[in-house]
Amino acid sequence: MSLSGVWYLGLAAVVFSIGALGLLVRRNVLVMFMCVELMLNAANLTFVTFSRMLNDIGGQALVFFTLVVAAAEVVVGLGIVVAIFRRRRTATADDFHIMRG
Amino acid sequence: MLTSLLAATTTVDALTFAIAAAVVLSGSVGVVVARNPVHSALMLVMTLFGVAVLFVEQQANFLAAVQVIVYAGAIVVLFLFVIMFLGVDREESLEKEPLRAQRPLAAGLIVLGLAGLLLMGFGAHWSVGAKSVAGPSRNQAGGDVAALGKSVFTTYLFAFEITSALLVIAVVGAVVLARRPGGVLGGADSDPDEPADDAPSPTEEVSP
Repeated sequence: MSLSGVWYLGLAAVVFSIGALGLLVRRNVLVMFMCVELMLNAANLTFVTFSRMLNDIGGQALVFFTLVVAAAEVVVGLGIVVAIFRRRRTATADDFHIMRG
Repeated sequence: MLTSLLAATTTVDALTFAIAAAVVLSGSVGVVVARNPVHSALMLVMTLFGVAVLFVEQQANFLAAVQVIVYAGAIVVLFLFVIMFLGVDREESLEKEPLRAQRPLAAGLIVLGLAGLLLMGFGAHWSVGAKSVAGPSRNQAGGDVAALGKSVFTTYLFAFEITSALLVIAVVGAVVLARRPGGVLGGADSDPDEPADDAPSPTEEVSP
């Protein structure tokens, strides 16, 4: 018998919050991306926990799709970072004020 | 409450969870506070391994393997590749904060959000509807791999097919984004340090 699912849900909530905090306070775009990955992982952990609690494989299937979406997101996001870096020579979010004119 | 939550739990399970949770928490804090992006990426690997252990602990063996292969093996390597490629693996000073109110505001928001999440998780009584939409996950012939494969290729077949389209679109998008404005795909004949004609001179733009 495994641990009660509540522990896993609490841990996932804390990891999600740490990721959101990092996304808000860090300025390096790559580190901000890693914080997004942390939040995605916390959501995955929640899905797997509910999958076990409800005895339903659907949660695990959803994690499978989340992994694919995360991979696609990282590929496109890092492509954007590289494209911006070519023009602006910086990877800091503060310097990306092109859109403001 | 604690004793009721710990009831019917073997010591090994509790110990595994405690160690994995410690690894996950210290890793995720490390991602946020590390000054060097390379250290952040390595801390991310640690977190991902901890989450994989928690997956195994909950009988999601296939997802744990995929987590290690795809996340730690592919995504973090991609991160490290871009960090090295851009040459941004310098230390970054975390003491200097241009916006004065940002950190307290962010911390306050996060604490509020976390309190709400935990209250919801521990206090609410969920009404979760029908169980086993896609079939049960426990005690299946072939384990979780067979159950997951069956659900992905029957119940979620359409989503699975759309996923392949998403991956193709992501690859095409990455190629389009990585193209140089001149047209050639970063050819060896073009100087990578020289911006394209229509691009503003970057050294003048970013200097404070």
